[in-house]
Amino acid sequence: MKLLGKTAIVTGGSRGIGKAIAIKLAEQGANIVVNYSSSPESANEVIRMIEAIGRQGIAIKADVSNPSEVEELISIAEAKFSSIDILINNAGITRDTLLMKMKEDDWDSVITTNLKGTFNCTKAVTKKMIRQRSGKIVSVASVIGIVGNAGQANYAASKAGIIGFTKSIAKELGSRNINVNAVAPGYIQTDMTDKLSAEVKEGLMAGIPLKRLGAPEDVANIVVFLCTEEASYITGQVFNVDGGMVM
Amino acid sequence: MVFEKVVEIIADQLGLDSAEGIKPSTSLMKELEADSLDAVEIMMALEDEFGIEIPDEEAEKFKNIGNIVAYIEENI
Repeated sequence: MKLLGKTAIVTGGSRGIGKAIAIKLAEQGANIVVNYSSSPESANEVIRMIEAIGRQGIAIKADVSNPSEVEELISIAEAKFSSIDILINNAGITRDTLLMKMKEDDWDSVITTNLKGTFNCTKAVTKKMIRQRSGKIVSVASVIGIVGNAGQANYAASKAGIIGFTKSIAKELGSRNINVNAVAPGYIQTDMTDKLSAEVKEGLMAGIPLKRLGAPEDVANIVVFLCTEEASYITGQVFNVDGGMVM
Repeated sequence: MVFEKVVEIIADQLGLDSAEGIKPSTSLMKELEADSLDAVEIMMALEDEFGIEIPDEEAEKFKNIGNIVAYIEENI
C-alpha cells in the first residue's frame, strides 16, 4: 500500500469519478473524507465500502462553493484525522445549454461550484500543507476545458479555469513540496454523462480512438498515482484520460 | 517583549536553529532569506499571536524586523 496513514479529502466523493477515487485511495491505505452535497445515502455507502477495505472514512456534507462550509469541512476533517495529505477537487456540475439560451444563473452556478469550489478547498488546505511541507492536490478538470464543446460554454470555462489555477498554484507551492496537478477526463460513464442525449453520445463515441467509454476507475487510477511518492517529481501537469479523444 | 515574541515566531516559521543574532535592523528577506510565501506565513502567524490585522500594503512597507515590531506595538 502506497498511501498508508495518509488522509485524503475527496469533494463530490459520493458518486461517479469521485467515488472511484475515494475507493482507490482507500485501497492504497488512505483514510478518506467523503464530501457530498445532496445524497447522504450514497456518501454513507462509500464510507461502508471504505470501512470494508479496512480504512477509516467520514462523510461530510458541504457546498464547496461556500467558503464557510468548506472551512467547516476542513476543520471536521482535521479534528478526525490529524493530517491532511491529499485533496481531490472533484465536485462538479453541468448546466448545459447553448450560449444564446444560457441564463446568468446557469453560468454562475457552474463557475461557482466547479471553479470557485476548487479555489475554496485548495485555499483551505494550503496552510496546513505548507506547515507540513508536503501535500498532493489533484483537481478533476475535463477535456472539454481544453477543446471546448457547443452547449457547454460555462462548463468548459470552469474546467479551463481549473487548469490555469492548477498551474499557478503548482508554481506557488512547489517550494513547499506540494504537488498540484489536474486530470482531464473525456467521456466517462457516470450519472453526469448518462444525461446526454443519444445523438450527443454517438457523436462523442465517433471521436474516441479506443472506441469505448471510460470507467470512473480509469480516471481514479492516475489520480491515485499522482498522490503517491512515485509521482513526486510531477507538478503543474494536466493528464487526459479520454481514450485518445484529444491529442 | 513584542520584539522577543516576533523573533520567536519568525525563527519558528523559518525553522531556524537559533534566534540569536536577529536584531531590529535584520531584514526578513535579505538576511534571513525568507521568500514571499514565508513572509505571508509569518504575517499570518503574527496576526494570530497578537490578535491584529496586518494589511498587505502595510506588510509591503516593512524593511526590517524593527518595522514589524513598531507596527505591532502601535496596533495592539
